Amino acid sequence: MKIILKILRRKDAASEPYWISIPYETDEAEFSVASALRAINEDTERRDVNGEPFEPIRWECSCLQKKCGSCAMVIDGKPGLACDAMISGTGKERTVTLEPLKTFPPVADLIADRSSMFEELKKLKVWSPGGLKLSEEAEETAYDASRCLQCGCCLEVCPNFHAGGSFAGNAALGPFTRLLAELPKKDNKELSASYSKYVFEGCGKSLACRDVCPAGIDIDRLLVHSNAIAVWRRKSAADKVKN
Amino acid sequence: MLTGMPGFGAEYMGDHGAVNIIGAGFAGLSAACLLAREGFSCRLFSVQPSERAQSVLAEGGLNAALDTMGEDDRPEEHYNDTLKGGVFLADPNAVKRLSEEAVRVAAWLQELGVPFHMKNGRVVLRNFGGQKKKRTLYSRSSTGKIMMTALIDEVRKYEASGLVERFPHHECVRVLIAGGSCFGVRIKDLYTGAVCDYPGKTILCCGGLTGIFPGMTTGSALNTGDLAACLFSEGVVFSNLEMIQYHPTTLGIPGKRLLVSEAARGEGGRLFVMRDGEPWYFMEEKYPELGNLMPRDVVSREMYFTARREDCGDTVYLDLTMLSDAAWEEKLKDLREELIHYFSIDPMTGPVPVQPGIHYFMGGIDVDIDHRTSINGLYAAGECCSQYHGANRLGGNSMLGALVGGHAAALNIINTEKAGDMPEADHLTGSGLYPVSPEDDPALAEASPVLVNRLSDILLEGLGIVRDGQSISAALEKVRAAAGENPDYNLREKNRLILAEAMLKSAGSRRESRGAHYRSDYPETDENFRRTSAACYEDGEVRIAFRSIPERRES
Ligand SMILES: Cc1cc2nc3c(=O)[nH]c(=O)nc-3n(C[C@H](O)[C@H](O)[C@H](O)COP(=O)(O)OP(=O)(O)OC[C@H]3O[C@@H](n4cnc5c(N)ncnc54)[C@H](O)[C@@H]3O)c2cc1C
Ligand code: SF4
Ligand code: SF4
Ligand code: FES
Repeated sequence: MKIILKILRRKDAASEPYWISIPYETDEAEFSVASALRAINEDTERRDVNGEPFEPIRWECSCLQKKCGSCAMVIDGKPGLACDAMISGTGKERTVTLEPLKTFPPVADLIADRSSMFEELKKLKVWSPGGLKLSEEAEETAYDASRCLQCGCCLEVCPNFHAGGSFAGNAALGPFTRLLAELPKKDNKELSASYSKYVFEGCGKSLACRDVCPAGIDIDRLLVHSNAIAVWRRKSAADKVKN
Repeated sequence: MLTGMPGFGAEYMGDHGAVNIIGAGFAGLSAACLLAREGFSCRLFSVQPSERAQSVLAEGGLNAALDTMGEDDRPEEHYNDTLKGGVFLADPNAVKRLSEEAVRVAAWLQELGVPFHMKNGRVVLRNFGGQKKKRTLYSRSSTGKIMMTALIDEVRKYEASGLVERFPHHECVRVLIAGGSCFGVRIKDLYTGAVCDYPGKTILCCGGLTGIFPGMTTGSALNTGDLAACLFSEGVVFSNLEMIQYHPTTLGIPGKRLLVSEAARGEGGRLFVMRDGEPWYFMEEKYPELGNLMPRDVVSREMYFTARREDCGDTVYLDLTMLSDAAWEEKLKDLREELIHYFSIDPMTGPVPVQPGIHYFMGGIDVDIDHRTSINGLYAAGECCSQYHGANRLGGNSMLGALVGGHAAALNIINTEKAGDMPEADHLTGSGLYPVSPEDDPALAEASPVLVNRLSDILLEGLGIVRDGQSISAALEKVRAAAGENPDYNLREKNRLILAEAMLKSAGSRRESRGAHYRSDYPETDENFRRTSAACYEDGEVRIAFRSIPERRES
């Protein structure tokens, strides 16, 4: 199969972005964006559609099995993971566009600096004050919440999120939810207040984020769960929130 | 001691410099937690944030003899199984510490809120390969990810209090070593390109040699092996480099091998090949006691030989169709989803074709029981070091080894600082950081993927599941030929060639079969080789020596 990869390039944070179109051909009937990027970068003879040689495309990856969130980028206009996005034959040559996540400051090519996501969690004091209590009721919620990849895809589509604003977005939902599920009520006041202010109040519940979450986290359920504990202060109601 | 340890008090703060930790997987986070809890500050460098470390990929679980399943399990049995699984090549004193600390590590992780699977108020333990009793804590099929989330939250607390400083897109390009001591580390900010030296004692937690075999392992692309190669060429001693674990059940996807966790066999999965038109469950026939759950080296080797038999098909299948819906839902959900996503195979309805793939490096940087390397002030923990697992690592023991190792290294630093025993390296302490111009250090230039892939192919010829003197020598010749071909290799390329030679020479020197190292020309285990192979690069030459293993001290 043959495709054209149209990639938004940028040498470094200070440089102007520009597009490059790269032909890619493979015997595979189906392949991931990650495998195409790897193959192109390893090809010492690589040329763009105009026959010009070019430097390897910078992008981030680690696990290559959609478990680490490293390779998040905008693929055909939608945020997703390069190792998850499969391209399959349609018969005719097609173009796949790749851009870095735009919610975060650009670094180079397909890399964006997602540090703000981690800084935010630090600023909002998302950690355990101690005394977490494991219960069978909390196990499922804590598990689901712990699965968040911190990939940033949800922030990319959220109409209410902008970096540096007061709404932390749903990348903060997982970490908050795990702790709220496990903390005894008497110890969760501060965390609850922080959650209410920086997650609950900012979220418009459009759930655009749920549709793009590559980990398939049931964001809706986590929101209902954490709202019950932190906003409505009813832990028992939260325990009843099931899939 | 891991939990409930009394603080050493603030009098030690400020009069010592920050500790450098290279790598932010289990080993790095574990070291950071203990240092910070004791009031010591550290810098946590990693190529990418913790969420992206290989540690998040661990699926099956963590071993600890908690004995919640009414089987009368004890740390001593965990000790026995670990030593036996490693075919008595591990340091028994270190393994004893591992098996005892396991119970405390498990308690600590529960305090941090890791949602391990529980029933009736107790943690549920599962079976894992090479162990007769249920001893493995788990959190469905994402145990590593779920544990990492809790540890990351814990470290965040110390980040906020200023004791842990994160450098999450920073590569360590070399360790600054002079006169047998570590003076600090050289770090490149991968986002800005800036290069700086940071003084201080250093704990290496940079993961296994995955990147020496790109595309051929189950691990993460972040662990390039460049730093290990650099350290080796600077004279740091490595050990048991020939011990490479092939996981029996993997499938190839672009850029890596996808793991089918041992948990799938723990739940009842059966390996078979087709023989005379019938499935033959060869493991169960040959090993009636542990069957499909024999240690990984045994299973991989049996698969290798069985698939080469004339009367058998050449594909080995894993049959998981008998697993209960509950097992899929509660324990192996991600696995099923992955198999459907990448291969269109639904393991609930049909068998999965599997092959052995490289999964773990038992060998690595040589360390003592306190995780000190051969260099003063330099420590190593986690998969980058060689400790606990001997000739073969048991499933569920490596996250544990990384957590215990990180703690042990940190504890040794805390104790030596407390005793006022400052190694020479400390004269740099507190003097800030030193910018370096990128042109100044050849260690900054990357190795070409062409050479990296070529070396990987050569190494695989000599370091396969089954090896012999001839294949090892032939591979060694090819490495030397490649080295001689081009005088203009850059430093990283040269370092890789040297490390490759050390790996092959280690395998060539061990003229016996033990654990993961199986030589068809020496198929027996030889008591004379119950020794650690130590590799060192001196005066431009790779030297291999065998060192005896300490006796178990009575406690
Ligand atoms: C698919 C899979 C499943 C597994 N399942 C299990 C299991 O069920 N049970 C079990 O016990 N073990 C399991 N393991 C093994 C276990 O996960 C690892 O051995 C363990 O997590 C290693 O932890 P670590 O801290 O040593 O290194 P890693 O988690 O590999 O982290 C290495 C760190 O070093 C950083 N780094 C690397 N090089 C540099 C550099 N030059 N400069 C700066 N930073 C650097 C990386 O960014 C990363 O942060 C599994 C492994 C895999 C691949
Ligand atoms: S539900 Fe809507 S507003 Fe809330 S985080 Fe998701 S996308 Fe943003
Ligand atoms: S909630 Fe989903 S999309 Fe958002 S950061 Fe977590 S894994 Fe990514
Ligand atoms: S590389 Fe880990 S999610 Fe794509």
